[in-house]
Parts: sequence; C-alpha cells; structure tokens
Amino acid sequence: MIYADNAATTRMSETAINTMTELMRDAWGNPSSLYAHGQNAKEVLEKAREDVAAVIGAEPREIIFTSGGSEADNQAIRSAAELGRKKGKTHIISTAFEHHAVLHTLEKLKAEGFDITLLDVHENGIVLPEEVEAAIREDTCLVTIMTANNEIGSIQPIREIGAICRKKNVLFHTDAVQAMVHIPLNVVDDNIDMLSASAHKFHGPKGVGFLYAKKNVRLSNLIEGGEQERGKRAGTENVPGIAAMAAALKEANEKMDENAVHLIKMRDRLIAGLKEIPHSALNGDPVRRLPGNVNFCFEGIEGESLLLLLDDKGIQASSGSACTSGSLDPSHVLLAIGRVHDVAHGSLRLSIGENVTEEEIDYMIKSVGEVVEYLRGFSPLWRDLMEGKKEFIL
Amino acid sequence: MALYSNKVMEHFRNPRNVGIIEDANGIGEVGNAVCGDIMKMYLKIEDDIVQDVKFETFGCGSAIASSSMATELIKGKPVSEVKQLTNKAVAEALDGLPDYKMHCSVLAEEAIQAALEDYEKRTGKEI
Repeated sequence: MIYADNAATTRMSETAINTMTELMRDAWGNPSSLYAHGQNAKEVLEKAREDVAAVIGAEPREIIFTSGGSEADNQAIRSAAELGRKKGKTHIISTAFEHHAVLHTLEKLKAEGFDITLLDVHENGIVLPEEVEAAIREDTCLVTIMTANNEIGSIQPIREIGAICRKKNVLFHTDAVQAMVHIPLNVVDDNIDMLSASAHKFHGPKGVGFLYAKKNVRLSNLIEGGEQERGKRAGTENVPGIAAMAAALKEANEKMDENAVHLIKMRDRLIAGLKEIPHSALNGDPVRRLPGNVNFCFEGIEGESLLLLLDDKGIQASSGSACTSGSLDPSHVLLAIGRVHDVAHGSLRLSIGENVTEEEIDYMIKSVGEVVEYLRGFSPLWRDLMEGKKEFIL
Repeated sequence: MALYSNKVMEHFRNPRNVGIIEDANGIGEVGNAVCGDIMKMYLKIEDDIVQDVKFETFGCGSAIASSSMATELIKGKPVSEVKQLTNKAVAEALDGLPDYKMHCSVLAEEAIQAALEDYEKRTGKEI
C-alpha cells in the first residue's frame, strides 16, 4: 500500500502515540486543579506550549490550543473582525482558494455586513504581494492568506505580505495547516500576527491544533466558559493530545530539512513521470510548492474513477472532482487557478510522505499512466477530442 | 461501510458491453463535460429486439457501473420493454447507490431513452 494522501491526514508518529498513551495513564488530572495530579497535568500542558512556541519563534503565552486548524482559523478571523468592527473597519482581504474554514467564515461575516475582497491567485496559484498592497484600504481590518495551498501546494509570499500588512497597520493571519514543518516558518521574521495549525497534518493526533496570536492581538472567544487558555478558549484541556502534538511537531521540525531534500527529489521525479502522460498538466507552481505535493489534471477522464482504480492498485490519493465531494462543482482551488470544469473533474492529488521510495514513485507513475489510458479507452469525451470534434484544453 | 455496494464495484471494475457499435442504429448521448458525466449508448436493434448494446462513459465509478448495469438489463430485450426502463431499476440492480449518486442512474436511463429516440428518428418507427 502506498499512502499518498498526507495532505488529508498523516499517520501518527510512534513518538506521538507513545506520548499520548503514557499521558492518558499518568497525566489525567485536570490542569486547573491545585493538587498534585492537576498540577502535574498543568506542567505537561505548559511544557507543550513552550515546545510549540519555540518551533515557530513565538512566546508560549502567544499559543492557544484549539480543536484543530478549522477552529483556529475561525477564531483568528472572528477576532480580527471584532477588533475591526469596533473601529469601523469592516473590510477583509483574502484569496479565492483558501480552505473552507476561512472562506465559509468570511461568507458569514459578509452576511453580517463585512466587505470581502478575494484576490486572484493567478495560473500558478500564487498571490502577488503588490496586489495585496493595492487591495488594502483605510477600512481594512485583516488580510488572511494561507501559507501554502492544501490542494496544489503553492507556497505564498507570506513574509512580503506580512511586511506590507505591518506597514499599513493591518492584521495578518495565515492558515499554515499544510505548510507547518514542510517549510521554515517564524512568526517574527515572517511578520505574522496570527497563525493556524493542525496536529494531524504533521503526524500528531486528530482533534488538536493551535492558534498563534501575537500578544497585542486581542482574541475573541468562540467557546465561552472557564478560564482555560488565558480565558480565550474554554474547556478542560486535551492534555495528552496537546502533548502528543508538541512531540510530533518538535520531531517533524527537527527533520524538516532532511525530509524536504528527499521529498523534493521524489516529488520532482513523480511530476516528470506524470508529465509524460499526453494531455496532462501540473496544477500549481512547479518550484514554489510544498515538498510533498503533486497535483495533475488529465483530460478526458473523471477523478473519482481514477481514485477507485488507483486504490485497487494499492495507491491512496485524492481528487478535486465534484464526484468525490458530493457537490456539483469541482474543486474551488482548481477553478481559482483557471482550470475549466471539463479538466478540473479529472484532477489527481498525490501528497507523498517522508518515507516514500523511488520504487514507489515509479510504481505510481506506471499505475497512473495505466489507469488514465484505460479510462480514456471508453471515454466519449476522449473520443471526441481524439476525433477532433472537440478541442484539447491541455 | 464502503462508499459503494459490492455490485457497483464489481460492475465498475469489470464493466460489461464497453465500446462502440460501428453500425448502431440508435445512439444516445447525455450529460456534459462541465458536470463531469457523459454517457453514450450504442444500440443495434433488429426485429424490435436490442440485439447488441455498447456504452462509453466519462464519469465517476457509479456512472460507469450504472452504464454497465443498464446495458445488461436491456440486452436481448424487446424495445417496448426497454422503453420502460427506469433509473430506479438500474439503481436497484446495483444494490443501491448513495443518494447523491442517484443522478448516475438517471443518466443511464436518459442515455438509453435518447438512443431509442434516435432509432425512432432514423427508422420512422414508433416504439
């Protein structure tokens, strides 16, 4: 079996599993309690906060533990909107290909009277800093742009965007769920005011994530209750999960450079191999992309049938086809980079893991080629293209 | 639970009656590339019987399985009976489809009906 869907989720590392199971036994006390059991759990929690903060160059008190990336995105955007509203600033800048945790929150804010600008991400899936600058107005309260895209892996110039936001005195949030531990991130150097991350994308447990918020950014609560997380996120802390996240993060961060060298080599081999398939195209920037991300469109076929047949060959991947999501439209990300519906339905994302081998890459190239050829063999769309009744797009 | 029934997967993995009929006398194509589903049915009708049927499909697993099952259901059947084929019959024969995939069985029904209409138009016969 080749698991090539690491952008969807990752397998928990042994370190994370061991940390979590040990702490479930040994640190089950409530961190808010004053007796030893509680204080022991509190210590574990605060050590995890220090470890997480250290990885991104933040101070421990700037880290809020959440249930994952979606919650962190929601809280960051809601908080900035609240701060803006108080000053009469109700304009937010983002992009058309953000994660739905961002886009759906922005839609809600729009219904509440906010003005939302979604910037073009161009054919290569990268926002231009000068277009961010040009979009900033007197009433802009937030710029929220992901660090790297979850489907096509394109890496955004967040440092430049952050610098522009600083200059213009606008808050900058970045959803770093996909980028964390794949590219270097430092909230100080990268001029980031708020950042979201999710543990299960870096071999940690599901249901845990964190929000970094610079200390001068006043957060609003999504969850009201007790005084946990400096009063910004109520609910007894998931101590074992949080500690497992910190352990996974630390481990993956230490191996980042080594992993990236291997992954980029494997990624580029996979891209070169898949490019040989006629009428195919890479989605996203070929260079400024996450080390483990490969995303292609194949003309004349549909993505779900491709995924099912690859699964039969032991390859687990994902697609931006409408049929895989239950909606009528293909991926909003592929549409945002200008892929038309016809070819967006035929997309394939292979997000490879650190342990992938050259043999596995070659097997994937061979298998994808075979399946695409087989499906094209009885596709009426492919027949029309081959007989010249329709024009090739790719 | 798996996304699809074993029957759907079996027809998807080993679709029956795939291809085209060069001398078909009824051809129907429905769906479009924008929606991500195109189904094309080729019928060879002789003596009011569907002597042969082939299909080509661009679409998801359940679209391919629905096409395959629909061809099995109509092969060798009198055209009057084929005209009565419903999407429900296709979906039932596949041991059901997920709700949001029911439209695949609808496409299969429509492709066959379109092919029958084409046959009527070509031959001037009314089924």
